Amino acid sequence: MALSNVVETPASGFNFENVSRNVALEGLLEGGHTKAPKPMKTGTTIAGVVCKDGVVLGADTRATSGEVVADKMCAKIHYISPNMYCCGAGTAADTEKTTDLLSSNLTIFSMNSGRNPRVVMAVNILQDMLFRYRGQIGASLILGGVDCTGNHLYTVGPYGSIDKVPYLAMGSGDLAALGILEDRFKPNMELEEAKELVRDAIHSGIMSDLGSGNNIDICVITKQGVDYIRPYQESEYKDKRQRRYKYRPGTTSILTEKIVPLELEVVQETVQRMDTA
Amino acid sequence: MYCSVVRHQNTRGLRSQLKDSVPVTGMGPQVGAYGVQDTLRSGFSSVKNELLPSHALELSEKNFQLNQDKMNFSNLRNIQGLHAPLKLQMEYRAARQIQRLPFLQSSHLALDTLKGNDESISFEDILNDPAQSEMMGEPHIMVEYKLGMM
Repeated sequence: MALSNVVETPASGFNFENVSRNVALEGLLEGGHTKAPKPMKTGTTIAGVVCKDGVVLGADTRATSGEVVADKMCAKIHYISPNMYCCGAGTAADTEKTTDLLSSNLTIFSMNSGRNPRVVMAVNILQDMLFRYRGQIGASLILGGVDCTGNHLYTVGPYGSIDKVPYLAMGSGDLAALGILEDRFKPNMELEEAKELVRDAIHSGIMSDLGSGNNIDICVITKQGVDYIRPYQESEYKDKRQRRYKYRPGTTSILTEKIVPLELEVVQETVQRMDTA
Repeated sequence: MYCSVVRHQNTRGLRSQLKDSVPVTGMGPQVGAYGVQDTLRSGFSSVKNELLPSHALELSEKNFQLNQDKMNFSNLRNIQGLHAPLKLQMEYRAARQIQRLPFLQSSHLALDTLKGNDESISFEDILNDPAQSEMMGEPHIMVEYKLGMM
């Protein structure tokens, strides 16, 4: 239907038409008993450690929406490129979309230039994108990867700040995880030792923080390739709910079996031809 | 690409140019003919709606591309001389003229290639695609608006 008050095609990108309406709606809702639904956040513990042969990233798997656990097996370690993975904390949709965009841009770049992208390039793209939106995109990311210049671990905050460090933790459980990391980190650790350290850091975050929980995922990036272990360790508080409640065939045991054949005799037979043409 | 080299510079000269270069278009009253609020087309006016942008990012996003271009061209002029931004802007202007009529979708292929948008994906490509917009404008009114006859 052609409208006569539309004089130009709408610009692509973010559309701010409904902002004032949303503010008015929230004002109405707060007065009543209903509240606006909260976006799903990954109140999280994510950690990363640079070791001798590569980078080890770890994350828990709980996603919360207000005070309710929204997802018990959420995947917080996102693929960026064959040599880079990124853990995301903050609003779940923001981290996923941002890492998706970053991964697409880097794929285009590597197709154009024929090279594997470097970690600094990914960090710069992220920094530009997040600073442009002044922190409205709530994504705190830990980016780790191995490229031709070595093993790198960066953190990017939601307002666009970056930091390059050998060990890191972000999310709501970062203080607990950082305690473990500060105590036991040594430069140039072996791979198994680094995996254990990251597991312990995430575990302490899970134990001490309400927003983190359930299983632990680990991602090991080396020059040879990536080992994404999901889950590295399952929580012992798994519920034993079954997904299907139908009974298997053979649940009821058969006690006796009696077969009675039904005897029929042919009384009349008529054949009617069908027109198939 | 010339843009990537000079992206993070922050010279004093730039700041003075950016200060009064953010055009506040679209925030003022929609002026129709005779200089008054065009009630028929844009509805009743309210001072609060017009003076303040409703979202923190609305103004900066509206002018983001313009400001980036201004900054990049000014840097390019300082580095390479006046001819460089002049040539580029001439090419942009030429590419901007080969569009379809305003109510049809044009691909902006030449313009995108010049600006380098064909090698990157951002929110402009995913969200609010004008090819899939739910509202369509009246063709006559859109052409009149574009030609400045309205």
